[in-house]
Amino acid sequence: MKALLDAADLARAVRRIAHEILERNRGADDLVLVGIHTRGIPLARRLAAALAEAEAPVPVGELDIALYRDDLDRRPVTRVGATRVPVPIDDRVVVLVDDVLYTGRSVRAALDCLADLGRPRRVELAVLVDRGHRELPIRADYVGKNLPTSTLERVSVRLAEVDGEDGVWVGAEQ
Amino acid sequence: MRHLLDIADLDRADLEGLLDDADGFVEVLARPIPKVPALRGKTVTTAFFEASTRTRLSFERAAKVLSADTMTFAPGTSSLSKGESLKDTVLTLQAMGSDLLVMRHQAVGAARRAAEWLSIPVVNGGDGAHQHPTQALLDALTVRRRFGSLEGLEMAIVGDIRHSRVARSDLLAFSTLGAHVTLVAPRTLLPVTTEGWPVTVSPSLDEVLPAVDVVYLLRVQTERGGASVFPSLAEYTSRFGMTRERRRRLKPGAVVMHPGPMNRGVEIADEVADDPDALVLEQVSLGVAVRMAVLFRLLGGETDV
Repeated sequence: MKALLDAADLARAVRRIAHEILERNRGADDLVLVGIHTRGIPLARRLAAALAEAEAPVPVGELDIALYRDDLDRRPVTRVGATRVPVPIDDRVVVLVDDVLYTGRSVRAALDCLADLGRPRRVELAVLVDRGHRELPIRADYVGKNLPTSTLERVSVRLAEVDGEDGVWVGAEQ
Repeated sequence: MRHLLDIADLDRADLEGLLDDADGFVEVLARPIPKVPALRGKTVTTAFFEASTRTRLSFERAAKVLSADTMTFAPGTSSLSKGESLKDTVLTLQAMGSDLLVMRHQAVGAARRAAEWLSIPVVNGGDGAHQHPTQALLDALTVRRRFGSLEGLEMAIVGDIRHSRVARSDLLAFSTLGAHVTLVAPRTLLPVTTEGWPVTVSPSLDEVLPAVDVVYLLRVQTERGGASVFPSLAEYTSRFGMTRERRRRLKPGAVVMHPGPMNRGVEIADEVADDPDALVLEQVSLGVAVRMAVLFRLLGGETDV
């Protein structure tokens, strides 16, 4: 596996995305960060910390999209995780947070899940890595690192909260 | 997991896994729009050859929250009355497009037989006095959400053990999850033998009362002859009924459970049933979440291990 971002790069990317979010939304009013299970959740918490440092605290929620996936038959789910959004999302700006944007199918599932929780004023998408190969008309508003890949490659985002270390690696499949 | 027929088929990790999933579904049920698309396009069929209110409705509700379609087979108005066999009946339900069959039958082992005949998953909704696995799961979930874990809890199951599939299922689930179970019943309402069961047996509710965290009351089953082996219902109540006075002798934090339907004034006093600390209605609501977990596991989750 080739190292693409180390811990310091990753921290800088998170800080930069936080500032872009503030710039585009002219502040942190009405924002809610919502992480997509699994690694989107710690990423959303880090973004919230960066936003709190730069401007104001922002609530953080988490989505488990297992129940909204379109490939249950092909990729069975082992566990149903929690979906928790601490504030009503009606009329707020929701920033969805995930580690890797690839086919776009997880984001599609997350959008369906959000629609069942309420009606946000706007939904934006922040990802640490955009590796291309979209299968749906979905794009990110904030990207930590654009990374052209082949579908045969594997992108591995590791976060201390889940994996014990920070960084992004790319390698050949298997 | 291919079918859910008997709690004995599940180990502790299986049980905890299903309860973990059910916790997630409790959250889904609390949403403003309690509906998720997980089982869209699947059809869940319920076939209850024996009376039921909560179990069948609970399965139907669970299926609908998961966006599955439901079909209900009603034996009273069906070709069963023309003499169609159980095998032909369930094969017909499968051929009709069912993706999963929930079945209750008065004969022990009926669901397991159906599972052998069919290629779709079968869930046992109760077979005679043998098993009622989703009841055990919902009871375990209710206790786990109240106490955090079943490990080390003292639990008493009180009443008609002999005729009770709930008792047989619950004692297995509770003890597998680490609780200690005491069966409290008169000799006549115990099975011929309890050998091999992971339980203690006591003839006196008053004796076990001060030590237990959970009192699980069983219904006196008049339809299975549960009343005839006892001199009178009043005598049953005086020895095994959860009266207001007995409720006061429970230790602080202890809870009273009942699978329903309740015989008020027999195994449970009105005041106890309506006490905010009784979990009877919570058992019913958590039943939907547990059945969602079972349907999702069999139709959408882990296909096979």
